[in-house]
Amino acid sequence: MTAVTREGPAIRVSGIRKSYKKLPVLKGVDLEVERGSIVALLGSNGAGKTTLVKILATLLTADAGTATVDGIDVATQPARVREAISLTGQFAAVDDKLTGRENLVLVGRLRHVDDPGTVADRLLERFALTEAGGRVASTYSGGMRRRLDIAMSLIGDPKVVFLDEPTTGLDPEARLEVWRTVTQLAASGTTVLLTTQYLEEAEQLADRIAILHRGRIIVNGTLAELKALLPPVQREYVERQPSLEDVFFALTGKRDSADDTEGNPS
Amino acid sequence: MTSHAASDTAALTGRSLRHILRSPDTIITTAIMPVGLMLLFVFVFGGAIDTGSGVGAGGYIDYLLPGILLITIASGISYTAYRLFLDMQGGIVERFQSMPIARSSVLWAHVLTSLVANLVSLVLVVGVALLMGFRSGAGALAWLAVAGVLVLFILALTWIAVIPGLTAKTVDGASAFSYPLIFLPFLSSAFVPTDSMPGPVRWFAENQPVTSIVNSIRALLAQQPVGAELWIALAWCLGILVVAALAATAIYRRKVG
Ligand SMILES: Nc1ncnc2c1ncn2[C@@H]1O[C@H](COP(=O)(O)OP(=O)(O)OP(=O)(O)O)[C@@H](O)[C@H]1O
Ligand SMILES: [Mg+2]
Repeated sequence: MTAVTREGPAIRVSGIRKSYKKLPVLKGVDLEVERGSIVALLGSNGAGKTTLVKILATLLTADAGTATVDGIDVATQPARVREAISLTGQFAAVDDKLTGRENLVLVGRLRHVDDPGTVADRLLERFALTEAGGRVASTYSGGMRRRLDIAMSLIGDPKVVFLDEPTTGLDPEARLEVWRTVTQLAASGTTVLLTTQYLEEAEQLADRIAILHRGRIIVNGTLAELKALLPPVQREYVERQPSLEDVFFALTGKRDSADDTEGNPS
Repeated sequence: MTSHAASDTAALTGRSLRHILRSPDTIITTAIMPVGLMLLFVFVFGGAIDTGSGVGAGGYIDYLLPGILLITIASGISYTAYRLFLDMQGGIVERFQSMPIARSSVLWAHVLTSLVANLVSLVLVVGVALLMGFRSGAGALAWLAVAGVLVLFILALTWIAVIPGLTAKTVDGASAFSYPLIFLPFLSSAFVPTDSMPGPVRWFAENQPVTSIVNSIRALLAQQPVGAELWIALAWCLGILVVAALAATAIYRRKVG
């Protein structure tokens, strides 16, 4: 399934633009994701994270620019891209009327794996859903649904996994579980592109962090690189380690006015 | 990819048939309205309706049943639109579309599910009709022909139902389109012979698809010669089927890219 490993980055996005009617959302996005790494795409509500993920997952077509996943162009060879990827959308896409196991078996059959039943049972176990596996998904808690959703995405061993806000709406414990899963995934060689609004999540999980703001990637680097971007003068007055939050707000300038009224040095 | 089309469609059809098995109320609801109409027309209006001669030896129910079967289908396909609408609203279709499956299998699964669900509802309604005194001496071949016409009619209306299922903004919008379809049999030969109707209504009734389909089924069940009416019925069904299927597929392609 992961037979041929192609050269080059797992994901390469260059100059991607996308507007909905007259609303420009992506205005020239460039991004590269190395194979086997976790990249967090960080951005506030409406920044265009989902739009970018949908373009990469072949659900939307870009107005301009090119994007390749596993070396395959998403616009010209979407069918081949779909062989290489899997998507866990922003809103859990499980079938409420089917049991957890039936959901997994269905995806297994659609992905043409050899033995969908065994694959399903293994995933139920891995995601601590064995007991709940025989219940219909509408009876699941938010965390269980998300786990099932992610488990469904792992069938067929996709090389690149897109997780759109995988932990939104989860309690801290469920969030930790998702984080563990993502880390395991990357350890096994899968490339993960996840979007999040939680700076903490990006900080915890990602090898590299890309901030999407006003339609462009305004920074892309490791946590250390991002922290180094903070203006030094500000760093003097900050006693604790600057968090990604500080970097984010310094770069997007969203907290400026608040800072002024609080009389913080700038 | 196309080599998987059949197995993908089978997997997805299995999924929606499971949905129906888990809430069989939709099939029963589909059958309730036609059964109610049947009771109303047979026991309340039936005595006053003169269906003329040449209708066969049976009572009014023999005359009525073909139209009732079409009404059953017309109300059954509103659930087709409803199920498709719910699927499109939830994230599940998006998940399917991001997977390496045959693109059309999602639609075909809904169409096949609609066919199965409607056939089950029809069997229920025919069962009630038998209890109410419906009888037919038609042979296997005639029944097969009736089944064939009904299957074509189900498929034609199902493809029509796919369109609101894909485009509706609300659940109500997704199923409201079926009301005029349910109404069409009333303006046909389904309940009373068309020659009792006033001019323009009669013209409409005699030239709309339901009349030719009803007359064909009625003749087949009453072991009477069917004649050209059957070809007109088949032409209507096939014509609607092809046009609606093309339109629905085009809308689907534009929607899912
Ligand atoms: N189908 C659509 N039609 C019109 N506008 C859309 C559509 N989808 C998204 N938008 C708009 O595009 C912008 C970006 O949306 P997108 O969902 O990509 O953002 P996001 O970063 O994922 O936001 P969130 O964090 O809220 O999920 C928003 O302003 C949104 O309203
Ligand atoms: Mg989003």
